[in-house]
Amino acid sequence: MPTKILVDGIGKSFATDQGTLHVLDSISLEVGDGEIVAIVGPSGCGKSTMMNIIAGFDRPDRGSVRVDGVVQSKPSSRGILISQAGSVFPWLTVQQNLMFGLNGRAHDEKKQLADHYAEMVGLKGFEARYPHELSGGMLKRAELARALVVKPEILYMDEPFSALDALLHLRMRNELLRILEQERHTVLLITHDVEEAIHVANRIVVLSIRPTTIQATFDVPFAHPRKLSSAPVQELRTQILRELGVDGYDA
Amino acid sequence: MIAAKRVLPSVAVIALIIGVWWAIVVATGSVVFPTPWQVVTGTIELIRDGTLWGHIGASLFRVGTGFLLAVTVAVPLGLWMGWVKGAYITLNPLFQMLRPISPIAWIPIAILWFGVGNLSPIFLIFISSVFPMVVQTIAGVHTIEKRYLRAAANFGVSRATLFRQVVIPAVLPQIIVGMRIGLGVAWLVVVAAEMIALRSGLGYLIIDSRNAGNRYDLVIAGMIIIGLIGLLLDGLMRLLEGLRVVRWRYAH
Repeated sequence: MPTKILVDGIGKSFATDQGTLHVLDSISLEVGDGEIVAIVGPSGCGKSTMMNIIAGFDRPDRGSVRVDGVVQSKPSSRGILISQAGSVFPWLTVQQNLMFGLNGRAHDEKKQLADHYAEMVGLKGFEARYPHELSGGMLKRAELARALVVKPEILYMDEPFSALDALLHLRMRNELLRILEQERHTVLLITHDVEEAIHVANRIVVLSIRPTTIQATFDVPFAHPRKLSSAPVQELRTQILRELGVDGYDA
Repeated sequence: MIAAKRVLPSVAVIALIIGVWWAIVVATGSVVFPTPWQVVTGTIELIRDGTLWGHIGASLFRVGTGFLLAVTVAVPLGLWMGWVKGAYITLNPLFQMLRPISPIAWIPIAILWFGVGNLSPIFLIFISSVFPMVVQTIAGVHTIEKRYLRAAANFGVSRATLFRQVVIPAVLPQIIVGMRIGLGVAWLVVVAAEMIALRSGLGYLIIDSRNAGNRYDLVIAGMIIIGLIGLLLDGLMRLLEGLRVVRWRYAH
């Protein structure tokens, strides 16, 4: 598997009223082409800062991020960020949102692509709706479809489903897995949900508290569909939770 | 039934005021201050001789011209000042200083520059409505949520697309708020401006009715008509808030 994303010793500090805040301390990570890597860590550990830097929205103080060997200096449509807050434009319809990122194509072609992906995420029939007319789950589907339609090589997902209720969360995870089977993407998924990480990822990276470093890495060798209640999965889950400082966890 | 319940209290208050007014005029036996009925007959008189429509038309023309001129200047200027930090730093202090000057204070200068024709009130309306609209538009640009701008950056769209599909629709609700404020101020100002000079308009009607024989029935008729038209104009602006492209802003 060729290397897709190479994170090489990135560090980041912010100046605050109380002095300098060291958020990231030399993080190095290699993500293979088509790999799904989940990043878990305690809250406030700088996961989002790290994601912003990797996706090109922010610059590291030290180190570098390379995608396909090229230094990442700004965001591009080759890697789309999906964040917890969501960024579906409320003033555009679902279809207009999906067509938004399709630069330089004929209108009909854009429309066709948009409708194809709307159908893929289960939004067929809702193309003319405005986001405020959709439920929270449908809004996430729209966000996912808008990212997929530009055929990005990488999906940067920062707690994408955290704002959803537990049932919807699980359903969206299954949807994501189904879609990732059809369209091969490299995925970097930030989550605070260990179960979600095990469900989706090939590899799980555990971050430490600030200043953040990589504390441990776990391979997830189980074939899809994964049975989350199986003994090996539960064993892995306990190990990861122990890394996160949740000792004596008996599920 | 529900609509009636909503309207009833405000109608009752207006009826009460008219009743009290009538009773006081009758009780004091005033010969100058009219009863509500005299106002009604005065209004009918204005409608019959056709002058009322002329005055309303003249006032609306001045407001319309000055206001549309202000919109054409304020919206692009506000977008530019909101988007380009240098423009904001340079021009904002000047605007903040000009804004609190009452449009009425500009009347002598308007007369000096534009004489006593239609241009003076149009200029005054322009001055009065342009600042609130510029300020609202700038605020609109400044409050665009970063996540939307980041998404636009992520998809790598052109500057034209960024403006057409993100910045302008994001700011549109604020522009409409600015237009509502601007038109409200414009209507206030046109009446004041017409009191100074000119030979037409609702402001002129009021001053002329007083000067030409203490026709206070026509003064009050003019005031009520101004109020009703103001209400109507605001209602028109409110219709803009119902447009599909801005409903997201008011839907929550």
